[in-house]
Amino acid sequence: MSALPGLRAGALTAGRRSRARSSQKPVGGVTASLLLWGYAAVALVPLLLMVASSFRSNADLISDPLGAPWPLSVASYKEAWTVGNFATYFANSLLVTCGAVALSTVVATMAAYALARGRSRIFRWLEALFLSGLMLPIHLAILPIFYLFDGMGLIDSRLGLVLMYGASGVPFSIFVLTTFFRQLPVELEEAAQLDGASTWQTFVRIMVPLVRPAVATVAVFRFVPIWNDFLFPLVLLRREEKYTLPVGLTTFFGENATNYSAVFAGLVITTVPLILLFLLATKQIVAGLTAGMTK
Amino acid sequence: MATVKFDEATRIYPGNDIPSVDKLNIDIADGEFLVLVGPSGCGKSTSLRMLAGLEEVNDGKIWIGDRDVTNLSPKDRDVAMVFQNYALYPHMTVADNMGFALKIAGVDKSEITKRVKEAAKILDLEPYLERKPKALSGGQRQRVAMGRAIVRQPQVFLMDEPLSNLDAKLRVQTRTQIASLQRRLGVTTVYVTHDQIEAMTMGDRVAVLKDGILQQCDTPRRMYDHPNNVFVAGFIGSPAMNLLDVAVVDGGVKLGTGTYPVARDHLKDAHGRSVTMGVRPEDLDLTTEGNGIPVVVDVVEELGADAYIYGTAKDAHQHQDYDESGGDLPERPFIARVDGRRPPQKGETVYLAPKEGHVHMFDTENGLRLGD
Repeated sequence: MSALPGLRAGALTAGRRSRARSSQKPVGGVTASLLLWGYAAVALVPLLLMVASSFRSNADLISDPLGAPWPLSVASYKEAWTVGNFATYFANSLLVTCGAVALSTVVATMAAYALARGRSRIFRWLEALFLSGLMLPIHLAILPIFYLFDGMGLIDSRLGLVLMYGASGVPFSIFVLTTFFRQLPVELEEAAQLDGASTWQTFVRIMVPLVRPAVATVAVFRFVPIWNDFLFPLVLLRREEKYTLPVGLTTFFGENATNYSAVFAGLVITTVPLILLFLLATKQIVAGLTAGMTK
Repeated sequence: MATVKFDEATRIYPGNDIPSVDKLNIDIADGEFLVLVGPSGCGKSTSLRMLAGLEEVNDGKIWIGDRDVTNLSPKDRDVAMVFQNYALYPHMTVADNMGFALKIAGVDKSEITKRVKEAAKILDLEPYLERKPKALSGGQRQRVAMGRAIVRQPQVFLMDEPLSNLDAKLRVQTRTQIASLQRRLGVTTVYVTHDQIEAMTMGDRVAVLKDGILQQCDTPRRMYDHPNNVFVAGFIGSPAMNLLDVAVVDGGVKLGTGTYPVARDHLKDAHGRSVTMGVRPEDLDLTTEGNGIPVVVDVVEELGADAYIYGTAKDAHQHQDYDESGGDLPERPFIARVDGRRPPQKGETVYLAPKEGHVHMFDTENGLRLGD
């Protein structure tokens, strides 16, 4: 009897030791670990530099480009937000991006449900047609789009951008969401039918809540490229009060002098929403990306 | 509450020539518990889904009460279904799951709460009403699925193998609970299972299907004592009935070295020179050498009060026809129930004689019951 507790304690410490050892050992060996840390540094240093530089004055930046941001100065933010019109650009970016993401997600969710459950052959052709959109590099179509928008009076219109981005997001969104809808058991819909729900009620109350992780994934993945896009707003917008953030940034680049600290402040303003979005949606996205792996 | 009537109901899946359900005729009385049973692929689930409206009816009609529901959509049929995998809405709480149908129907919120509470009380689900399905055990989920059906107060309950996802012990418990609940509520119920014990213990009547064709629809007792054909005889009862192909001789049939007396009248409709004789394991007596069927004992299953011997019958031809899988099957053992206190030994040869009046005779060619 007396030997037993000692034995158990021994086993326990051994277990603890092995656990400690395994947590200290880098995953995949030292070389891989060094490489990954190196990559992380390469990726993070420019970001840190951007943030640091945004808190310094322009004169400081020019005399000592890599200096420390001390004392902190928020003057460049004030300048970017007010003089540089970033408040307007920010609102425009938010409007265009959210509008486009909402449009493509709503359209794609409904279409994906129909495509996933439709038994007719037409649906299969339609799906193939949508998916072929994935292969089309939309930036190559900028001229036709320009002429189309010109004809429709959508040049210099934020609505035009919303429609264009919305449409361009549909193939990817349908691709992801159709797969998700297909994984849901048909019995759920049958149960809802027997419970008296119409097709629309089944879709809204049963199916959409169940594909929420996929919807979040799709929304975030569409949000980022639209938010960052420079080419389309540059080509399709004319007046400065309609500019989005990436185009708005260029207003700081003068012919003779550039207000670097304001540019950096603008970049931070542009980047922060994306970081926030990822922080908020990571859980949903991970659920979306890994769903169906264990089944 | 209502009667249900399948009237020549037929379902042919697109791309198939053979109907999955072929001219099904069943009349189900108000408040009756009818069990559809059969091997997999026999059309029992399809029949249930036709009644639910989830499967098209290609020919014939289905009635609920005096309404022809053949072409009605599921939501207009006033039936509630319990699915094999329960199909609970994963994002809703137990209470919301149970109240969903009423909510859709626009029932008053306080009325929904009241009815959900009542059902939860009956099913012992009160502590779990605010939980999501994934936080429940298998048995609890099954009860929520039942609750969802009860809350509706529908005309007909449909249950599609609701117990097959439970472990053996819980299955037996829940079996009794469902049967007694159904009697208490008095709602007409159609229940699908592949387990003939479930069918026999739960149903007021049992309908046996095979290859989409109704074989027999009777009370469990009648089904057991009076199987209409070889298939039902072999399917109902556990362990299964022994079926032997025996030659017709003067005054009866040839059994082992002797003759088992059967009235000539009894066999007058037989097509061939031999008939199929069925004897249940409990209807066999041990006898002396020279009488009855010699059987070499392979396995003895001791259950306490009884023992079952599984052996090979000598000088007798096992009837193989009824096995559904069609391929080359190992010869089915000859099974007999014997006294549990003095079971024969493995390898021993015993002589078994059927009890008088407890054999079933079938036509070997078409499998139909001969005589009364």
